[in-house]
Amino acid sequence: MSVTTGATVRSEENLKVTRSRRNVAWTGLGALVVVVVLALFPYIVYSGTTAIMVQGLIVLTLASMWNLLAGYAGLVSVGQQAFFGLGAYFVLIPAMHGLSPFLALPIATVGAGVAAFPLWWLVSRLRLGYFAIATWVLAEAVALFIEQIQSIGGGTGMPLPGFAGMDPTLLAAYTYWAALVVAVLAIAAVYFLLRSRLGLVLTAIRDDETAARTSGVRVGLARLLVFVVAAAGCGAAGGVLAIDQLQVVPGTSGGVFSVQWTAIMAFATIIGGLGTIEGPILGTAVYMILEQTLQSYNAWYLIILGLVAIGIALFARRGLWGLVDDRFNIRLFPVGYYLWSPGERRGRQGRQGRQAKGAAGVAS
Amino acid sequence: MGWVNAIIQGILTGGLYALFACGLSLMFGVMKLVNLAHGDLAVVAAYIGIGVIAVIHIPFLWSVPIVVAIMAALGYVLQRSLFQSAINRGELTTLIVTFGLSIVIENGLLQFFTANSRGIGTGSSLISSSFSIGGLQIAWLDVVIFALAVVVLLSLQYFLSSSKYGRLIRAVADDREAAQLAGADYRHVFGIAAALAFCTVALAGIAYGMTTVVSPTTGTDTILLFAFAAVVIGGLGSLWGTLVGGIVLGVAQQIGAQINISYELLAGYIVFLAVLVIRPQGLTTRRSQS
Repeated sequence: MSVTTGATVRSEENLKVTRSRRNVAWTGLGALVVVVVLALFPYIVYSGTTAIMVQGLIVLTLASMWNLLAGYAGLVSVGQQAFFGLGAYFVLIPAMHGLSPFLALPIATVGAGVAAFPLWWLVSRLRLGYFAIATWVLAEAVALFIEQIQSIGGGTGMPLPGFAGMDPTLLAAYTYWAALVVAVLAIAAVYFLLRSRLGLVLTAIRDDETAARTSGVRVGLARLLVFVVAAAGCGAAGGVLAIDQLQVVPGTSGGVFSVQWTAIMAFATIIGGLGTIEGPILGTAVYMILEQTLQSYNAWYLIILGLVAIGIALFARRGLWGLVDDRFNIRLFPVGYYLWSPGERRGRQGRQGRQAKGAAGVAS
Repeated sequence: MGWVNAIIQGILTGGLYALFACGLSLMFGVMKLVNLAHGDLAVVAAYIGIGVIAVIHIPFLWSVPIVVAIMAALGYVLQRSLFQSAINRGELTTLIVTFGLSIVIENGLLQFFTANSRGIGTGSSLISSSFSIGGLQIAWLDVVIFALAVVVLLSLQYFLSSSKYGRLIRAVADDREAAQLAGADYRHVFGIAAALAFCTVALAGIAYGMTTVVSPTTGTDTILLFAFAAVVIGGLGSLWGTLVGGIVLGVAQQIGAQINISYELLAGYIVFLAVLVIRPQGLTTRRSQS
């Protein structure tokens, strides 16, 4: 993995550019082992545990998508619940026509992604704060529109057909695997998108949008692509929720269109670390611990989650993963580049290369 | 007759929406702060109003200045602490912090005051009484709130354009560094502007609590989104545009409700989206302000 260095670098310095400071072969292997172990969970643990993990995997998918939006493309969307809810309905509707809900998950993914195009057209001109509230209004409008359609349950929702007579243990295991596949694909999609040209383009936009535009970067197209991918991911997560709950309940408070879904994905991302792929994973773990410990105290977990997110946004901007990275200088998913200073070798501690981290880290 | 009634009702409701919007507009104009907790703070004001009346048994009218004063103090303190630190760290952080605050307030109210809806009891016959013109029933309360919105917008306009402190606020909004070099402490000026915005937030919350009922979720699904829709329809950065935007939104909702009661909110948002597409600079501003 070598990259041609620019003409400004003197050749005798012999600079080397790699994806990471350390050898990452073992992290790839480690990720594979983790996924295999997680896939075996339905055979090892009780179905109560996998049921909780399904929730965690849904949140992980959502947080990874929100991280791609806000952490890498600077699009703070407060309307992702629109795509989450649409995903749930895109599983419900084919299921009502006899298709297995599991086979409807790809439909939910593509459907939510396609729905993102017209919605993007409406909000693409807005930036930051106005973009945030406009996406919120859009989500509200989408929810109101869906609630008008009586044949899919109107304002009260509908049970999800298609599982009559299925063994509950088997259904729980299938649901868990579906959630796992969606979450792994979501993280993999973010990882490979950021390692592609798009990652470079997003870094350029983040550092200096005007300079990126004058260099020929198609800023609008890059943002559209991120918005569509994030919508598709949230749609897939919504589809998993429909299968997990065996029903689709609309409504902006408590239902699939509730802004609390966006709150959860945003808080998990911010707590874990905005702008790193590891952040949402760590943040989801924190979210699940809080949610499980405080679940008997109603809304308290969201209050505490919100307060922690505010504190982290103000005082530890790179989140918990930022703290880990500062201390151990590791990156499980290298998406930027590391610039080796002359004579530096693997394994030696050095901070010289930190500027070249590329897409990692939040804009400063 | 139903249509005329709907339009008049819509215009009067538009005053309330303009009242929702002017605090949001003011804080964006001066501090470039998009406060996602705007609606929830208005609901907090309504709950404070309900609490003040219930605890110290004073007449409704006396509770208004108390609530406004409490909210103004809260605005100053929040601006000097939380909002200012967020602004110093960039726009992304202000969004995260105000969104976090919104969720914390909403769930906090839910936790302590349950999801039940509450109204502000005025103890007078004002709320229920109405008068009729040409066969139309018009509630006095709606007229009073519309007049209040106009008075608030007029005084804000006068304060910002003609008073000495208003000029200082505009100077800081235009160029923070230059105003500071000229001796203005921008953080204090921001605090005063926030206090002012929170006064209007308090009035909006009380007015809403009087016309109907508030619940912990009212802040986001009604006040914030309607305020934002009014600001966008009317055009960013124009106080009178906000009133026009509020009226357009109110009329659209009432006409939608006239067609089918369940189209009320949807009709308002469709007009909002249409303006976003056809005239993103708003109905009253001439040039795009992007």
